[in-house]
Amino acid sequence: MLSAIGAADIDTLFADVPESVRLDGPVRELPPHASEMAVERDLGRMARKNLTASDAPFFLGCGAYKHHVPASVDHLIQRGEFLTSYTPYQPEIAQGTLQYLFEFQTQVARLTGMDVANASMYDGSTACVEAIFMARRITRRKRALISGGVHPHYVSVAKTLTHFTDDVLDVHTPVLRPGAPGDDLDALIAAIDEDTSCVVVQNPNLFGHVADLGALASACHEKGALLIAVVTEIVSLGAVRSPGEMGADIVVGEGQSIGGGLNFGGPYLGLFACNQKHIRQIPGRLCGETVDASGKRGFVLTLSTREQHIRREKATSNICTNSGLMALAFTIHMSLLGEAGIRKLAALNHARACQVADRLGALPGVTVLNDTFFNEFTIRLDREARPVIRHLADKGVLGGVALGRLYADDGDIENCVTLAVTETVTDSDIDALVAAYEGALSC
Amino acid sequence: MLKTGRATAAGVTMSEAPETFSGNRALMLDEALIFEVGTRETTGVDLPDVPDVRMRLGGTERNKPIDLPGLAEPEVVRHFTRLSRMNYAIDMGVFPLGSCTMKHNPRLNEKVARLPGFADIHPLQPVGTVQGAIELIDTLAFWLKTLCGMPEVAMSPKAGAHGELCGMLAIRAAHEAKGDARKRVLVPESAHGTNPATAAFCGYDVDSIPATPQGRVDLAALKAKLGPDVAGVMITNPNTCGLFESELKDISDAVHAAGGYVYCDGANFNAIVGKVRPGDLGVDAMHINLHKTFSTPHGGGGPGSGPVVFSAALAPYAPLPFVRKGDEGYELVEEEQVAAGSHKGSFGRMVAFHGQMGMFVRALSYMMSHGADGLRQVAEDAVLNANYVLRQLEDDMTAPFAESGPCMHEALFSDEWLDGTGITTLDIAKAMIDEGYHPMTMYFPLVVHGAMLVEPTETESKANLDAFIDTMRALARAAKAGEVERFHEAPFYAPLRRLDETAAARKPKLTWSEPEVAKAAE
Repeated sequence: MLSAIGAADIDTLFADVPESVRLDGPVRELPPHASEMAVERDLGRMARKNLTASDAPFFLGCGAYKHHVPASVDHLIQRGEFLTSYTPYQPEIAQGTLQYLFEFQTQVARLTGMDVANASMYDGSTACVEAIFMARRITRRKRALISGGVHPHYVSVAKTLTHFTDDVLDVHTPVLRPGAPGDDLDALIAAIDEDTSCVVVQNPNLFGHVADLGALASACHEKGALLIAVVTEIVSLGAVRSPGEMGADIVVGEGQSIGGGLNFGGPYLGLFACNQKHIRQIPGRLCGETVDASGKRGFVLTLSTREQHIRREKATSNICTNSGLMALAFTIHMSLLGEAGIRKLAALNHARACQVADRLGALPGVTVLNDTFFNEFTIRLDREARPVIRHLADKGVLGGVALGRLYADDGDIENCVTLAVTETVTDSDIDALVAAYEGALSC
Repeated sequence: MLKTGRATAAGVTMSEAPETFSGNRALMLDEALIFEVGTRETTGVDLPDVPDVRMRLGGTERNKPIDLPGLAEPEVVRHFTRLSRMNYAIDMGVFPLGSCTMKHNPRLNEKVARLPGFADIHPLQPVGTVQGAIELIDTLAFWLKTLCGMPEVAMSPKAGAHGELCGMLAIRAAHEAKGDARKRVLVPESAHGTNPATAAFCGYDVDSIPATPQGRVDLAALKAKLGPDVAGVMITNPNTCGLFESELKDISDAVHAAGGYVYCDGANFNAIVGKVRPGDLGVDAMHINLHKTFSTPHGGGGPGSGPVVFSAALAPYAPLPFVRKGDEGYELVEEEQVAAGSHKGSFGRMVAFHGQMGMFVRALSYMMSHGADGLRQVAEDAVLNANYVLRQLEDDMTAPFAESGPCMHEALFSDEWLDGTGITTLDIAKAMIDEGYHPMTMYFPLVVHGAMLVEPTETESKANLDAFIDTMRALARAAKAGEVERFHEAPFYAPLRRLDETAAARKPKLTWSEPEVAKAAE
């Protein structure tokens, strides 16, 4: 091959790399190549140092949820034609990807109660800030109100990105009101004015509280602002009325619960849905129906004139990638569940959470803050929660998220724990959880 | 005919073959949408009975159907298996999509990423229960920093463009910390579209730098544009013409002297990994597409992963969270530490949680398998393959920068050789589909007319490349010989013929709805 090229040796091909910086051999600080067996052994050693969710009574949520994913999902997404394909820019040989994206968009739109959805985004937090930017483009206003019940990481991401644009964020702090922790909807409604582009509210919120957003939506629309609803636990929409039915204009969410594993936080699946009239302002990829030259139905990526590879510095977003394979996992899992399955799954989650709330609420030193919730609720302990959660972990129980991990510098919240209860929790998990809290709080 | 009814000779050609009654063609099966075959009552999952409890949904209960179809497991498996067969993939053949680095995805990566110790842990578990996971992130970070010769890395960005955003936000934060707001960012004409989009997002005016006739950044033109209002430059190296920016060190020195920073788009790192370290070229920030250079699967469009390496000058501004090794093992530095006063320079958080763990495991698995020696060979083989394609095809197609010396990981052709044929770059791409290849990247970079960008990667053997080259030569000669229909009508053999993208955009139909006829009949 070198002679066909007319090069004396491989290094000749790197002649444009100045000799002063060209490395003369393998990077010395790194080890040489290793066999499949050796790599598996080394990585296996690291993996075994972690306490896995399936090896412990497990009650963590706050934006990432442990659900049972049917075996066929992981089998199907590993088909090489899905796994090792590229973005479907050549639609004639990418109908597999394009058709499932069309199915995905339809499933997400129906679940959220909106007209349309995009082909997915990086994750819920990035979808959320993109929605804030979209609201600015639509309303030509710059002030976004963020409710106190929105996931603190989502708020941080929005703060980071709006710091460099001219958007203004008005972030409300969470209220620990007994019965309905998190949002203060009355304060939000009072704060909406003629400069407000949108109100961002999470439902169920970070503390698990679930609310009817109807009054908030009306208040937004009266002032010409948009309501952005965030859903981090998408399974909730099997039991709770959709944000679309409650009047939301944009719905963003985290789709990891359907088809995705916990994966220590990524890759996840950003969901983005809105109404038909706003489709030309949607960020990210869109799949649309069309026909081929012989009149057969087919699908293509569409409205790409919004995107960076065409519009460059005038694009609606710099986003290039979506979360294709996670969207596929979602579509497969949701096709298996169907209406009947998602409704039952949601009911099961809710019922299990009610059982755990009742058991924990009966313990001395524990107060359940929520009157209403889906599969996640918040308790207040009679002491700082982080040491309790670490103590539980030492006993092999992953007993929730101590909110001090998410909210720095807030005295009251430091005593709180948010717990998620899904269909994967067994009776003996619940007994172990209750016993562990009882033990930790009695000393 | 034989007595068994079998034809004694192959004589019937495709064009004479009868249409089938089902619309299927043997292994090529038409597939309905799930909404056309599923029902609201069917489910493919088996869930336990719901315990009887006092519900606490507070009046928010769903009162209308969602209208989601369900299918039994065998139907779901068939549906998605059939769909999969309508996709081209690296697993099927040569995928020379320039700038995308479609290399083989080793299956060991998939296996280790699914170890429960990585796949089944929650991002907010107490850090004492996830020490191995943080160790993995720290180990991968060490490999990335070492390969790049740079002291810091941000692991959380979710994809390449997200990494660009991370790098440019760090640049903006660094200028702001000095009270030196600058307005302009210089971007070469040949850059990926994400570069100007990212710079504009960060509030900068984008100023384009021309290329030299040899396909590289024009150093003199760049120097002329430098000034006290330039925040930095965004340079892709190797660039999108497939060439190494041999003057990058001089560019960096000039930019630094003017008080700016150098962002390098690392999309093409595969060509130089183990051969040269970006840190030695004066780069201040560079994203690395783990889904390109380090073989994590593209997955039909993500998930990607785009860690960003930083120079000492930008390191203090890196985003949250990051890993720190403390007395009692690994720690994750998150918001609370920043609120407590340390790491004040960080520009903040870019994503919920800690980044694409699943991609980290795959990338580290690839790196450990290849080692320092193997990664160097990856770059060498990728460059060897691209040069082989360039030299074998330059006589039949037009290679505008063939005289500029060896290419790096990709060979760039223009459509000049198609002048007067009535055939376009798009037609060539569609004809390649019929020949069993994924098309090369078309019409990018913009600096070349009708660009065709071919990146074979190190994955392809000489035999594969020779077969590909023979096909490309045959297509080139057919085009020049005036076989117009072969190109204008292509593809003939794909699951679908050319799709009407204009109609799709004019009246967008983004979700499925019951056909009007069926609705009216109800």
